[in-house]
Amino acid sequence: MKKITKATYLKWYEDMLFWRKFEDKLAQVYIQQKVRGFLHLYNGQEAILAGALHAMDTDKDRMITAYRNHVQPIGLGVDPKRVMAELYGKGTGTSQGLGGSMHIFSKEHRFYGGHGIVGGQIPLGAGLAFADKYFKRDAVTLTFMGDGATRQGSLHETLTMAVNWNLPVVFCVENNGYAMGTSVARTARSTDIYKLGNGYEMPCAPVDAMDPEKVAEALDEAIARARKGEGPTFLELKTYRYRGHSMSDAQHYRTKDEVAEYQKIDPITKVRNILIDKKYATEDDIKKIDKRVKDKVKECEEFAEESAFPEKNVMYDVVYEQEDYPFLPHKL
Amino acid sequence: MKTIQFREAVQQAMSEEMRKDESIYLMGEEVAEYNGAYKASKGMLDEFGPDRVIDTPISELGFSGIGIGSAMNGNRPIIEFMTFNFSLVGIDQIINNAAKIRQMSGGQFNCPIVFRGPTASAGQLGATHSQAFESWYANCPGLKVIVPSNPYDAKGLLKSAIRDDDPVIFMESEQMYGDKGEVPEEEYVIEIGKADIKREGTDVTIVSFGKIIKEAYKAADELEKEGISAEVIDLRTIRPMDHATIIESVKKTNRLVILEEAWPFGNISTEITYQVQEQAFDFLDAPIIKINTADTPAPYSPVLLKEWLPNSEDVVKAVKKVMYK
Repeated sequence: MKKITKATYLKWYEDMLFWRKFEDKLAQVYIQQKVRGFLHLYNGQEAILAGALHAMDTDKDRMITAYRNHVQPIGLGVDPKRVMAELYGKGTGTSQGLGGSMHIFSKEHRFYGGHGIVGGQIPLGAGLAFADKYFKRDAVTLTFMGDGATRQGSLHETLTMAVNWNLPVVFCVENNGYAMGTSVARTARSTDIYKLGNGYEMPCAPVDAMDPEKVAEALDEAIARARKGEGPTFLELKTYRYRGHSMSDAQHYRTKDEVAEYQKIDPITKVRNILIDKKYATEDDIKKIDKRVKDKVKECEEFAEESAFPEKNVMYDVVYEQEDYPFLPHKL
Repeated sequence: MKTIQFREAVQQAMSEEMRKDESIYLMGEEVAEYNGAYKASKGMLDEFGPDRVIDTPISELGFSGIGIGSAMNGNRPIIEFMTFNFSLVGIDQIINNAAKIRQMSGGQFNCPIVFRGPTASAGQLGATHSQAFESWYANCPGLKVIVPSNPYDAKGLLKSAIRDDDPVIFMESEQMYGDKGEVPEEEYVIEIGKADIKREGTDVTIVSFGKIIKEAYKAADELEKEGISAEVIDLRTIRPMDHATIIESVKKTNRLVILEEAWPFGNISTEITYQVQEQAFDFLDAPIIKINTADTPAPYSPVLLKEWLPNSEDVVKAVKKVMYK
């Protein structure tokens, strides 16, 4: 694994804080009704992305996830202004305003979505890895899903084939405790999700995912295994989300105390404390980072606000590769 | 020209394309070692090896999705369903991923994939194995839907489907795999989206597609004996639909009967009926009649199944009605 250094921690702090503040901004503009539809925020789960990005080779590895997907493409290198614009439904968005909150994609940065159906992305992730194995490319696909998705049949079918065919894929379950409003314990008898891997004779493990170092270590091992041609790994990344499932979630299924307990082990606070304790940064340095993050979020907001809405014909332009597809008329 | 079976036409189309393009593979249940449940991939494992002709577990959802993921990453997969009845457990992948990836990504990803296998009834198989889902798939923007009715069309259209950069649903029939027909020895393709006038006529237009079109041919023979000249149009592609060929024919015959093996509610015949009344209202000399299966799940008993399915007698009756004879 790449060494974890002062520079790593400084990057982690700035990245994670930016992701948090980016999501906070989205929540704010959602309330102002500038962003509509569903909005699933990543607050609390940032250590997973930070650790994953450290472990993967972002020049060749791939990532796919479900609908809690705004910050992953940013981490992979997508301009956050374009992600914000997508949520505003603007033509400058990552999908020209056709995708929205749940459907962010970047072919250039090997981010394959952004998927709105729980568990629907799991076989796609294995398929990306299938193609890499088929063409003998040296790339590994990180396939993310929530704890809720592990109760979908798509997981069973995909794990069966992925392990049988030795696909270069890592299945990463972000267990934030709740499938929407239903706790993991209420969805199945066994709450140790990682143990599902055992049924497929797939290496599997639980990971403390409130700590980016732990995530990076676990993923590094899994990615190395996949890269060596030794097949997939199934990891349960134990995390927590502070906000509701989406924006209209009153969160009656948990107590404020529970949320407060997790905020005590907040991954960003943890990274910040390490910066100070190890003298990687002074309070002044941190203030400067905080200011940079704030300004960058503001830039995203301004870009999204100022961007134009897409032209109406875009709706037809992107459905088929065929240029002259004869769409049926829908009104006079 | 050489006479071959429908299953050989399918096999030839896939093999010829696979020889030219390394990114194409065939995946499905029993496609490799068993040579295909209906022998439509006979000999392909031997020629292309297990990396390109791939047996799967019985996991339609899983291997549909793996196919789509690989299509987003450089492959051009052919996914075989043993029957489209089994595609229902994987339909989420087709509708929500294959059909939408391009649109949802703002055109960044395309999805060059073919899902193929038999559709509609195939004898006394009962309700779960006798269904036609053409109208379900054709309803979904992002997909193309092809249903050939003979070996020549199957080969030419399947080659086009494999070369197409959009996801294609390609529907065959268990009861057509043994059908024989002439196929040129030299290479050819048939353009997607073009109907074919299988039999020219002047008095009435019969539109159909897939294996049931044979009942239209039989009806046309019967009608000819009675001095009625029927034009039979084979749609071949359901989506996009070739309206022009149908409209032109109706403008000539002024009468239309549609034969489709599918439940009557909101099916392909319904769509054709709408298009014709919109585009050729003044040319119609009689209401359009559509002939479909009964509005029930397919029954098992031979007597009931016969009653459930449309046949040539139904077509003759309908033609006489639109001709007021």
